[in-house]
Amino acid sequence: MQFSVLVETRPRAGVADPEGATIERSLPALGFHGVTGVRVGKAFRFTVEADDATAARAEVDDMCSRFLTNPVIEDAHVTVTVLEQAPV
Amino acid sequence: MPAVVGVVVFPGSNCELDVVEAVGSLGGEGRLLWHGDTSLGDIDAVVLPGGFAHGDYLRPGAIARFSPVMDAVRAFAAAGGPVVGICNGFQVLCEAGLLPGALQKNRGLKFLCAPAQLRVEADRTPLTGGVQPGTVLTIPINHFEGNYTCSSATLAELRGDDRVVVRYVDNPNGSVDDIAGICSAERNVVGLMPHPERASHELLGSTDGVPLLRSLLTTAAAATA
Repeated sequence: MQFSVLVETRPRAGVADPEGATIERSLPALGFHGVTGVRVGKAFRFTVEADDATAARAEVDDMCSRFLTNPVIEDAHVTVTVLEQAPV
Repeated sequence: MPAVVGVVVFPGSNCELDVVEAVGSLGGEGRLLWHGDTSLGDIDAVVLPGGFAHGDYLRPGAIARFSPVMDAVRAFAAAGGPVVGICNGFQVLCEAGLLPGALQKNRGLKFLCAPAQLRVEADRTPLTGGVQPGTVLTIPINHFEGNYTCSSATLAELRGDDRVVVRYVDNPNGSVDDIAGICSAERNVVGLMPHPERASHELLGSTDGVPLLRSLLTTAAAATA
């Protein structure tokens, strides 16, 4: 089966995010007031082949901890969905 | 016979020739190694130089740590060989797990390229063996992701075991505890953000990197003997 995967990474809670902080400070200049908690991360979208959703998830979690994130400073949020097969 | 320092070239490294030149000017031999090599050959020390290995894609050092040469570097380090990561090389060593912690974007979000004052804190390392602790050196920094961070447990360990090798006198990037460089538990792997090779000749504006590089050569020569 094919699964569509979305991995979102962001700085872990408590880890400074100077990029997010700079964006947050700039928003009022454009008239956006009251915006707080800006955190900047990355998003990875890809497709994996696996027997089932659990296996797909396990593979992506492993990928995150060994490569896509640096666990010292980043967290990952993983979304796995079955890829719709095109009608034959 | 001069001590041979292997300088690893990743695609995107850009300080390798500076290191080779500096080492050569101090009587050593700098030898370029390609990141695809699976063996280091007959060398006495390894330097991972500055630059943007693999374009710094994903994170600085995140892809370089999988370069074939890193297995050989890991084995060399495990055998007690001196390994020094400068700037991007420090980031590679952290990503590879040869040093603890991580380097995140500078506080203030500015790329920093300026001379920095460093205080040598620990002298039991290949890079600082000949330098009195407390000595202040002026050595350039040149980085965007040089803000060292680690867990509080790791920080306690680094402090307790005298593994903070150099600190910034005036913290430029937000590094925890003003850390500019650290060493491994076995002390033979050292990583630092400042560039000693860029302070190795009067023409470069400072020769304060010389004692550090000379110390590396002395350690390397002792390893050969």
